[in-house]
Amino acid sequence: MAYDKFNILTSTAVPLPLENVDTDQIIPARFLKATERVGFGDSLFRDWRYNQDNTPKEDFVLNQDRFSGKILLGGKNFGSGSSREHAAWAVYDYGFRCVVSSFFADIFRGNCLNVGVLPVQVSAEFLQKIFDATAADETTELEINLPEQKITLLTTGESESFDINGYKKNNMLNGFDDIDYLLNIKKDIETFAENTPL
Amino acid sequence: MSATKTLFDKVWDSHVVHKIQDGPDVLFIDRHMVHEVTSPVAFLGLKNRNIPVIHPEKTFATADHNTPTINQHLPVADPLSANQLRMLEENVNKHGISYWGLGHEKNGIVHVVGPEYGITQPGATIVCGDSHTSTHGAFGAIAFGIGTSEVEMVLATQCIMQPKPKRMRININGKMSRGVTPKDVALFIISQLTTSGATGYFVEYAGEIFTDMSMEGRMTVCNLSIEMGARGGMIAPDEKTFEYVKGREFTPKGAGWDKAMAYWETLYTDEDAIFDKEMTFDGSLIEPMITYGTNPGMGMGISNDIPMASAVQGGATTYQKSLKYMAFNEGDSMMGKPIDFVFLGSCTNGRIEDFRAFASIVKGRKKATNVTAWLVPGSHKVEAAIKEEGILDILIEAGFELREPGCSACLAMNDDKVPSGKLAVSTSNRNFEGRQGPGSRTLLASPLVAAAAAVTGKVTDPRELMEEMVAG
Ligand code: SF4
Repeated sequence: MAYDKFNILTSTAVPLPLENVDTDQIIPARFLKATERVGFGDSLFRDWRYNQDNTPKEDFVLNQDRFSGKILLGGKNFGSGSSREHAAWAVYDYGFRCVVSSFFADIFRGNCLNVGVLPVQVSAEFLQKIFDATAADETTELEINLPEQKITLLTTGESESFDINGYKKNNMLNGFDDIDYLLNIKKDIETFAENTPL
Repeated sequence: MSATKTLFDKVWDSHVVHKIQDGPDVLFIDRHMVHEVTSPVAFLGLKNRNIPVIHPEKTFATADHNTPTINQHLPVADPLSANQLRMLEENVNKHGISYWGLGHEKNGIVHVVGPEYGITQPGATIVCGDSHTSTHGAFGAIAFGIGTSEVEMVLATQCIMQPKPKRMRININGKMSRGVTPKDVALFIISQLTTSGATGYFVEYAGEIFTDMSMEGRMTVCNLSIEMGARGGMIAPDEKTFEYVKGREFTPKGAGWDKAMAYWETLYTDEDAIFDKEMTFDGSLIEPMITYGTNPGMGMGISNDIPMASAVQGGATTYQKSLKYMAFNEGDSMMGKPIDFVFLGSCTNGRIEDFRAFASIVKGRKKATNVTAWLVPGSHKVEAAIKEEGILDILIEAGFELREPGCSACLAMNDDKVPSGKLAVSTSNRNFEGRQGPGSRTLLASPLVAAAAAVTGKVTDPRELMEEMVAG
């Protein structure tokens, strides 16, 4: 599914300073029953965000007006657990284009890249700096520069570079997806398929 | 460059169609398993692009995630689940994919039926839109969970694009002690590595403890690889593996078998092959395990006390939030904690061996009155074996009932939800907040520990209930 191209993003951030945030929290299983990709943003962090009677939990960060923006900050090992791409859809559909953490779970990271959410992995120290700056002042802005692979805390000018392979970077910059690539090399794949042992 | 390779390298490298410079490998997929929850948007993608499923004969579909586990002969009551099931049926019919839907004699959890019918084979690349696809690694396959975009890629092109993971080997020698099962071995490893300790790696399990295990046990171990963050886990195939695979419906026969065997016999790690990381543990020190927190890494020997926040890796805030959710305190003993639910089932522990273990404890005892027990076979084949082996009689005699196959309370998409605040001992794979229903609290454990809890109504060391082993 097509997503918006990503180039340079300047935005405030929403802090969620917890570790091991798993995809069952990002979107609980009972919201996986759709057959189309619509409306997942409403279920993002559903059980942390709403009480069982659907009233908002005031102390959860998405319910606090002070915090907003297109960047989600998460603690170490963000996105662990289930392979549900719905988690990445929920993050994107809610309006986030980037998740910053000191460590991502593998499948979630891959899913994000496939749906147009940029996972930015920074050092634990830098992440803490961003958390602190955002907690102290919610208008703190970050710049995520994909062409230069650089994240900058605009209030202090401190920055760090982040990794992304050249292929995925090009995809994100242009809004391409892997299927287009694979369909282009279909002939090679079919030749290969004829010679597989199983 | 050295020509020596790990098992993982051999299988991976032989499936690379194309290497992209500064990018992922294009990996050919031999077997693709599909279920109702993570496939509809992928099929929709094909429809929008107006392209077919390229290899329906390499694609297998089952309904398991949201199916009811009672009255499967009746229409599915929940309209959203019914709609997903209907979509799957439409999609497989349209594309000519074999489908074992609700009520079909081969129906069951995707990772249970794959091996049962020989879809799972050594040296294959196997994917499914479910993270516990790692189960199939027990056969020496490279198997891992994928997202829906990737499901679409595989349907369309039989390939995915992934960077090659690093290699880790986990060596465990020694024998499993009394009361210890493959589940305990896996929970032990995760407790040592944490839930992110193997992120970025593909794990090979090696050593006596794994070679001694049955195929069912190996499946349980490989199943849980994802819970330490690994892409997947695998065990080199041996005589036990070939014996298991032989003669199953989708296993090659005749000359095809000989050809496959010639390949399968090359599937081992060369003697001096190098791993990016190696871990070694002494298997004889592993105890029956139980988890006390909200991720599978928060586990310990059942007779231990819950660690203090100061003694654990990682942030104290996250740790304390987790204990608060569980309504436990640092330093608590788990033994004797009253429980409300027991769940025996899932792709982790829903196979015949797990029901045998459970029955060995409850035999001649009665289910505790305060406990609701859900005993859910992983497939109809498992269900049939439970009946044939007389296990059902033991269970009924002890006051239990058997439900119909499916994922059930593993992810609680159907009606099998543990109510808010209730404590469940579960043989499944995740104790995340709300995993078994909003507000539910989960203790992960083996079928033996689950059985001991089911008959005593509290957390109990199964060794106290096991018959003394006869020497000899
Ligand atoms: S039993 Fe649980 S983990 Fe296994 S396939 Fe079903 S939902 Fe996934």
